[in-house]
Amino acid sequence: MPTLKRTEVLTDVRTHYCPGCGHGIAHRLVAEVIEELGIRERTIAIAPVGCAVLMYDYFNCDMTECAHGRPPAMATGIKRVQPDKIVFTYQGDGDLAAIGTAETIHAANRGENITVIFINNAIYGMTGGQMAPTTLTGMRSTTSQDGRGKHGEGPPLKVCELLRSLDGVCYLERTAVSTPKDVNAAKRAIKKAFQNQIDGKGFSLVEVLSMCPTDWKLSTAQSVDFVNNEMKEAFPLGVYKDKG
Amino acid sequence: MGKKILLKGNEVMCEAAVQAGCRFFAGYPITPQNEVPEYMSKRMPQVDGVFVQAESELAAINMVFGASASGVRCMTSSSSPGISLKQEGISYIAGAELPCLIANVQRGGPGLGNIRASQADYFQAVKGGGHGDYRVIVLAPASVQEIYNLTMNAFDWADYYRNPVMLLGDGISGQMAEPVEIFPYKPIVDLPAKDYILDGCAGRKPRVVKTLVLKPTDGLVTHNEHLQEKYKRIENELSLYEEYQTADADIVIAAYGITARIAKGAVSLARKKGIAVGLIRPITLWPFPSDAFATAAQTTGQILTVEMSHGQFIEDVKLAVNGACPVEFLGKGGGWYPTEELILEKIESMAAATAKGNL
Amino acid sequence: MDRHETRIIIAGFGGQGIVLIGNVIARAAVIEEKNVVGMVSYGAEMRGGTANATVVISDGEIFNPFVAHPDMAIILNQPSLDRFEPQIGKDGLVLMNTSMIKRGPQRTDLKCIKVDATQIAQKVGNLRVANIVSVGAFIEHTNLLSMSSIEQAIKDLFSSKNPKLVEINLEALHTGAERSRCMQPVR
Repeated sequence: MPTLKRTEVLTDVRTHYCPGCGHGIAHRLVAEVIEELGIRERTIAIAPVGCAVLMYDYFNCDMTECAHGRPPAMATGIKRVQPDKIVFTYQGDGDLAAIGTAETIHAANRGENITVIFINNAIYGMTGGQMAPTTLTGMRSTTSQDGRGKHGEGPPLKVCELLRSLDGVCYLERTAVSTPKDVNAAKRAIKKAFQNQIDGKGFSLVEVLSMCPTDWKLSTAQSVDFVNNEMKEAFPLGVYKDKG
Repeated sequence: MGKKILLKGNEVMCEAAVQAGCRFFAGYPITPQNEVPEYMSKRMPQVDGVFVQAESELAAINMVFGASASGVRCMTSSSSPGISLKQEGISYIAGAELPCLIANVQRGGPGLGNIRASQADYFQAVKGGGHGDYRVIVLAPASVQEIYNLTMNAFDWADYYRNPVMLLGDGISGQMAEPVEIFPYKPIVDLPAKDYILDGCAGRKPRVVKTLVLKPTDGLVTHNEHLQEKYKRIENELSLYEEYQTADADIVIAAYGITARIAKGAVSLARKKGIAVGLIRPITLWPFPSDAFATAAQTTGQILTVEMSHGQFIEDVKLAVNGACPVEFLGKGGGWYPTEELILEKIESMAAATAKGNL
Repeated sequence: MDRHETRIIIAGFGGQGIVLIGNVIARAAVIEEKNVVGMVSYGAEMRGGTANATVVISDGEIFNPFVAHPDMAIILNQPSLDRFEPQIGKDGLVLMNTSMIKRGPQRTDLKCIKVDATQIAQKVGNLRVANIVSVGAFIEHTNLLSMSSIEQAIKDLFSSKNPKLVEINLEALHTGAERSRCMQPVR
């Protein structure tokens, strides 16, 4: 059994994330991967607007934070100027799949050699539980109080399924952080997404289904169940594209 | 003097940028600035630079944000409707104190407007079109040679002050061709080391480029005060204008960019008719050369503001003059431009009114 | 401040090489170290209908880049003559392509140079050089620029693209000059 130790890629501070939130796990996985690949000193990370906006306080590497939805565009600027650096964005569902949909699709289609970590918790966390592009049908939020789908909201947007059709995309996998097995699988996927960039293979995105007990108004245990029972059904896990 | 070659304003701006070391361009097609992305798409690869045709103006300015954070000289260009879209990114870049060049080859508005030349984005450019208390250095060239010179200077000032610079042209100055002397770039200021760039934290502490300031509680107040101090310094150090025949002028025309060219023609016509007219042409619109107007207002009888918009530029002229002399107005938006004769007519009526008043 | 300034408009159908005429004249002016501003109509205005370009040549500083009342006009088709005739300055000069203009200017103050540009171009071997035929006639009847500067401008423009284009355009230029030589301006 491996001994648990801190990763040098995360700073030694307490995060602002709520109890039971999946961001902490996802941060840790990304950080471990960066450490294992030995790329911390050439990594530039881009924080989103949303709950993870403060990740620049938590990651021990060069960081930037940009406008809502624009990380793939900013990543394009950084990576094109510095192709030898490792550039990743870390984005929530509102950032990546609503306000930044165009940036996501076009960075993917250009095959930008970047890594995108997409945290899907089906809700707007930072602003207080509004409907996300990935909010499940029937799910209540502060802006879909009768449940999504009753008033013309449309069904949840499925990012991996959407991006799969783009020829520029190298690798897409949907994972979760709701069970130990899922966490291990998520780490493997994240590592592959970074390795792809190191190998110059192009656009890689790992979607991570993640818990938001606070805005789901569920206990931490119920939130894990919600991911396992509801979210995985709407967003099936698996590899959606792998050009190898 | 070197040999002159005939080039369009838009092309010259690109070549000046390349000469000044610009190695990243992101943009989106829009008339009347299409020569810019076309030129850059060809030229950037020749100098190992990067050209990206972005999916939108939003993406383009954020690509520039990333390129600037990477330490490279970078630019984007567009025309009025596209510049509106870029305002989000300009606010962020100004907030993060990063250098870049944004060119606005203005066209008629509001909305989709038309593709004729206009100066109706004055407020947006000089007052800050995005959110927050920020300033962008705004340069208004009036000739193709000046586009060449100012584009080079723009990159220096952007780096020197760590601030976005906007080149505020228009459809005419972008499209017109004039002989221009292409000379090699030489910095006009001592360029500071770029100690803020994100290039991986090898051998140093990680850096953060950001605009969110939550801690301490008054951190954003402090950041804003710092920005304002910088803007004050820029105002003290950077104020460019051309003065033409103002020494004995009874009427001084205030005009910038292409309008000032036409106004100069009107000065010449008026002088032939015995009316002492001069011209002050701001080259920097922010910082605004207020002193030049304040000084002129002490000796001249009246000022006439001419602009291709409905009274935007005149507000800064009036602020500078501060009631010391009357400020008259001639201007319209939507692709209208004044003729020398029209300006002369206005001058004659102003002169006549004064003569009557003196009786 | 005595300076000599000439304001020229060039107009015709889109596709008649209007922009090229402006370019050749403006480049020749640069060769003669004169100040010059060249402009073309652009965008939607350029697609279909009449195309036009303007050139201002001066030995002093050029203030106004716009040409509201041209001193000289090179007009290659009827709609352009109809459109621009009223704008031409008093006692102005019009060079007209009689192949495509049947009704000449109505004004009596205008000097008129006639050249059968399209016909001549056909004889030279390429319809597309009618524009340069017109330039030849224009230069022949004005003291604006020397023929050798125009020749140089044509060489500068075409030699990198295709040397054969230099040849045919120079032939068009000279033929235009010759074939209009005997035609005195008519009042």
